[in-house]
Formats: sequence, C-alpha cells, structure tokens
Amino acid sequence: MSHSVDVEGDLVTRVEGHGSIVLNVTDGELETCEWQVVESPRYFESMLVGRSFREAHHVTSRICAICSVSHTIASLQATEAAMGVAVSEQDRRLRKLALYGETLQSHVLHLGYLALPDLVGEKSVLPLADTHPDELETVIDLHRLGNDLTEVVTGRSVHAQRLLPGGFSQLPDESELEELLDRLLNSWDAVAELADLLAVLADELPEFERETEYISLTHPEEYAFAEGTIYSSDAGEIPVSEYRDVANEYVVEHSTAKFARHERDSYMVGALARFNNNSEQLAPRATEIADRFGLDAPVHNPYFNNVAQLVEVAHLLAESVRLIEALLADGFEAQSDYHVPEIEPTAGRGTGAIEVPRGVLFHEYDYDEAGKVTAANCVIPTNQNHGNIQHDMETLVPTIVDRDAEEIEHTLEMLVRAYDPCISCSTHYLDVEFVGEER
Amino acid sequence: MSDANAPSVGDGRRTDRSRPRVAFFDFTGCEGDQLQVINLEDRLLDLVEVVEIVSFREAMTEHSDDYEIAFVEGGVATAHDERRLTRIRENAETVVALGSCASFAGINALRNDQDFETVKERVYGEDSDSITSYPIARPIDDVIEVDHDIPGCPIDREEFVQAVTALVNGAEPSIPNYPVCVECKFEENTCAFERGETCLGPITRGGCSATCVSAGTHCWGCRGMVDDPNEDAYTDVLEDHGLTTEEIIEEYQLYWNWQRNSRAVADGGSR
Repeated sequence: MSHSVDVEGDLVTRVEGHGSIVLNVTDGELETCEWQVVESPRYFESMLVGRSFREAHHVTSRICAICSVSHTIASLQATEAAMGVAVSEQDRRLRKLALYGETLQSHVLHLGYLALPDLVGEKSVLPLADTHPDELETVIDLHRLGNDLTEVVTGRSVHAQRLLPGGFSQLPDESELEELLDRLLNSWDAVAELADLLAVLADELPEFERETEYISLTHPEEYAFAEGTIYSSDAGEIPVSEYRDVANEYVVEHSTAKFARHERDSYMVGALARFNNNSEQLAPRATEIADRFGLDAPVHNPYFNNVAQLVEVAHLLAESVRLIEALLADGFEAQSDYHVPEIEPTAGRGTGAIEVPRGVLFHEYDYDEAGKVTAANCVIPTNQNHGNIQHDMETLVPTIVDRDAEEIEHTLEMLVRAYDPCISCSTHYLDVEFVGEER
Repeated sequence: MSDANAPSVGDGRRTDRSRPRVAFFDFTGCEGDQLQVINLEDRLLDLVEVVEIVSFREAMTEHSDDYEIAFVEGGVATAHDERRLTRIRENAETVVALGSCASFAGINALRNDQDFETVKERVYGEDSDSITSYPIARPIDDVIEVDHDIPGCPIDREEFVQAVTALVNGAEPSIPNYPVCVECKFEENTCAFERGETCLGPITRGGCSATCVSAGTHCWGCRGMVDDPNEDAYTDVLEDHGLTTEEIIEEYQLYWNWQRNSRAVADGGSR
C-alpha cells in the first residue's frame, strides 16, 4: 500500500518551548522528516559577559523556569570551581534536596499534566477535574510536594533566592524539614496511584527500539544527580573537564537547533539514559516500580523515558527522606539569616555538571581577576537530545508509514513528548523560516 | 479508568460563554510566569471555574483564536514574534503582559547595550551570520498596545489571581506603585544597606512582599522601576554606600536597560 502524508509545522503542544515536526511522505516514500526548533534566541552566554560572579547564577536561572534551580546550581558549581570555593557537606545536601524537589515537580508535571491526558484521551489536564478527580488530586499533591521541597530549601520554587556562591543566604527551619519529612513518608500511596494510572502506559507505548549512546553523570556512591563524572554507554567514564569533546555541537541544514554527537550520529540524555547507566544504584522502592513496568537496563525504546521518569519519582522521594533525616540528625550549623559567603574572586575557568530533569547540563565560565565573566558556555540537555529525536523519527517513520496521517502525527508527537524537551532552555539554536500554522 | 470517549462535564463547559475566554501565549522568555500559573496547583481548578482557558500551549493541545483576554509572556526578539503578537492583539479585547520580559523586556534587555555582532559571535561563533533576530530585546508594548502589565520575574501568584479576579469583574488590576521597601518593612527584614549590601528596593515596584530580601538576599529590581523613580537621588545613596558609577550602572542594567533607555529617549536621547 502506498499513500501520501503531509504533516507540516504545527507546534507540538504540551512541551516546554516551541518545536515543530515537518513530515512529507509521497507515494509511501519518506521525503522529508524534520524536527525543528523555533524558539527565539536570548543570548544568555553574551548577557553574562561582564557580570559579577555574585550574580551569574541569578542571570542563568532565567534560562528556564522549570529547571531554574538546576541552572542555578550548575552555575554556582562552575563559579566555585573557577575560584576554588569549598561548599560544606550541609550545604551540598541542601542543594541536592532543592534539585530533587525541582526534578520531582518537573517529572510529575510531565507525567501528570502533559503525558497523562494522552492516555485518557483528553487534550489537557483540565477536563480531568471532572473525569478523573481523584487521580488529578494525586498528581497535584505530588507536584506540590516537589515544589514545596524546593521552596522550603531555597525560599521560592521558581527562580530560587537563597542559593549563593559558597552556600546559602538563609537556612530552612528544622520544623519545616520535619513537616516535609512527614509528607514524604506519607507520599507512597500517591506514588502507587500514579504508577497505577500510568500502568496502561506500558501497553500503549509504541513498540519501537533504536539503540543509541546513553550519556549521563555517574557517581561511585549514589544514583548521580548533583555530583559526578560523565559516563557514556559506549565509551565509559569521561572527566567533566572534557565535556566539550562529548557534546560536539554541530549545525544541520534542516533544523533551527544545533545538534550534538559523541561516538555515534546522536546520543540520548535524560531519565532513560540515567536509568540505563546507573539503575543498580536506585532506591529499592524505585526498583520495585521498574520491575513492575518490566524496565530492565539497557532499554532501547525512547518512549520508555516516561516510565524511567516515574521510577525516578520514587527514587527522588526515597532519597529526599534519607537526606532530610541526615540533615536533622546532624543539626544545622548556625548562620545569619542574611549570610553572604566570603569569596575572594580569582581569575580562572570552572565547569559545573549536574543531572537535571531532562539530562546532563553543563555550565562553564571564564572569570577575570575582578570576578567578572569574560566567557560563558551552557550546554543544555534538550539540545543534546535533538539529534536523537531526529534519528528516531527517521528510523520510526518508514515502519509506520502505512498508517493514516493522524496516527503518524500522534505517534511522532508522543515520541517528542517522551523526551520531555524543554526548548525554552535552548541556548544554542539557529533561525529558519517558519512554516505551517502558528500559534 | 473511565471510558476515554465518554462525554465529560468539561466538554459541556466549552460552549459556555458566561465565563471570559482566556488564552496564554509565550514569546521570548523562560515560561516561568506560565509555570507560576500551573503552580497555583488546585487553585488553578478554581480559576477555570471563573474563566475558560482556550489556549495554553504549555499545558493543553486545544487552541482557539476566539478569546477575550490574552496573557502574553516573554518579549519580542524576531519578526516572527512581532507578526504573531499583532494577530493576538487583533483577536483579544484585553492584552495583559505577563511578567517582566513582556512588560519591560526584563533580563532579556541585559544584552541591549552590547554590540549585536559581538553578541551573536559569542553565542554562535562562525554560524552567527545565519542569526536573524532583532539586535535588541523588546517588550511587547513596543509592538502592540498593551492594556495591563503584571510584572515580576517570575510573577507573584497572588498578584496574578487578584488581577484575574479584577478583570473578570470588569475592574482594573491593581499593581502597586510604591517601592519594595514598603513591603520589606512589613516583613520586618533587616535593611540590606544596614548589612553592607546594595539593594534596588528603594526604586523598584513593590507587590512581591520583598521576597528576595526576606530570603536573605537583596532586591535585584526584577519588577522594574516605580513610575517616577528618583533615580538621581537614589544614585547619590548608592555612591554614599561606596559604589562607583560603573558599579551603579551594572546594578541598573540587570533588569532596567529598556526602562532606562526609554526614559533617556523621553528626555530627547536615542535608544
């Protein structure tokens, strides 16, 4: 059977940022298959030039709201590495907790608000208030818990305030952490309900496999998020200082975004890459969920990134419990409510690398002797995934080309959403002429 | 699980014209203001009792051009942004700028006094020739008429709810024109100047409950300047606290490049 399909440039909805799929199949032959990114440039790496080391993190937080704590922490790591600033164990734990909170809220937002409507045949989360009120309440409660974790630690869930080079301006009250601990310990039913809700997912996900290179951080003692070295499923461990050799950004004619490649034509970052590289280090509760969904590393079906996010939700809750218990057991070292960590600026270059909801994130800054940025480079997860989305599409489309246009479009949109792309973050991309319906 | 094809109460609501129809649009920005709307959590469900959301690309697939109120987040960076914005203005009775990038270009304008060729070169290197964005970041009122601003980076959730409530009731959203210092005193914070830090609170628009000072830092100016800032007098204060002219300008640049240039233009200068 041969027929023609033309899907042109409609914005993929329920993703962060703007992206389009352009697909042209004539007489059963795939002529065009393009993943385009149409976000407008913001030039953060230039904005940073000339700014003080005391505000680089404040500026880069604004790259993306949904990952604002992540960008802040990567930025602080880069600045601290450049100036040889040590961060206390207590402050490292608190940063980790803030990062876990943000990743939780981001994963729950993606699973509950952006992906779940697909599964129950709704076009947004709002009708679920009438059709699935209890399930929606579960999703909202978990989302709020993630946000509250971040807010208790950093003062605010979007564009956090207390995170500073060298530490924190202010510490949370122990009573706030105790209350969070209670809520975390009572969250397992909600996780089980979310898992039930998404159980249909495993059956609905397209059967599509394409092995690729999986890149994440790795850490000898924990499932790496806040600290670690780079790990490639093809090449093994790579020092963070060599991140530019991993994320080789290159320009492709048909796309707005710069793509990235390492050992192969493209690689994947994000929850599934982390799961594939580090799954032995997951908390037992997370492993239980992975087992329930039959997730066994290595997984080569990109649609299972959603399931890997669910597994990480359980892991992050368990790890947050462990962190808070450790913080409360050790007690806080007292500090002023308006603490400014003392730092004598020095010239130099520093790199920060952390795992954020959508994959590994790098910030690198050069500073002069006055502590002003002279050059900056930010490599964000979504840009690293663009090439892999494109190659998945090129492999997938010929296998489904006989289906009707609507089904093909839906399958490709689901693929893009599985990667949970955050195009607001895209710091490197190029303009192309916009085609198709705009909104 | 219920039958996905069963009609829902939500379907019935979609034809209900008693609630104002509201659309959200994102331009050049971080989408943090829409995230603040999502972060209303269960109160978002209360909100959809009083307004009908017909477009919210970050959260829903449906889209309609039939709306009364458009909330626009982000600034204008490309000709494409400008065309899209013009169409939104044609469709909407009321346009509200959501957040600082939409209201007064916010942090996006930090690059506006940098040479554009250098800006492009720094970010795109040898590929910079193919970049077609505008040389400066602009707020939406530089392109279309805007009825109301809800500033902030990000917006304050309470202020947003109050603004929506006012609009639904046919009233004007009430955005303060007093400085952050007023609310900072209510919060009983120790003044940043007393702590030896500099702070833009004295001439920054309030409405945020001095959230940053309360979190142990200082005001960065994210809500923009009050309507008639006494910038010269304030500059004297900063000089008294030992800041050099260069350092003072750096403080002002972070969020206020567009506003300060507009004031200079009004005084006869060029942008």
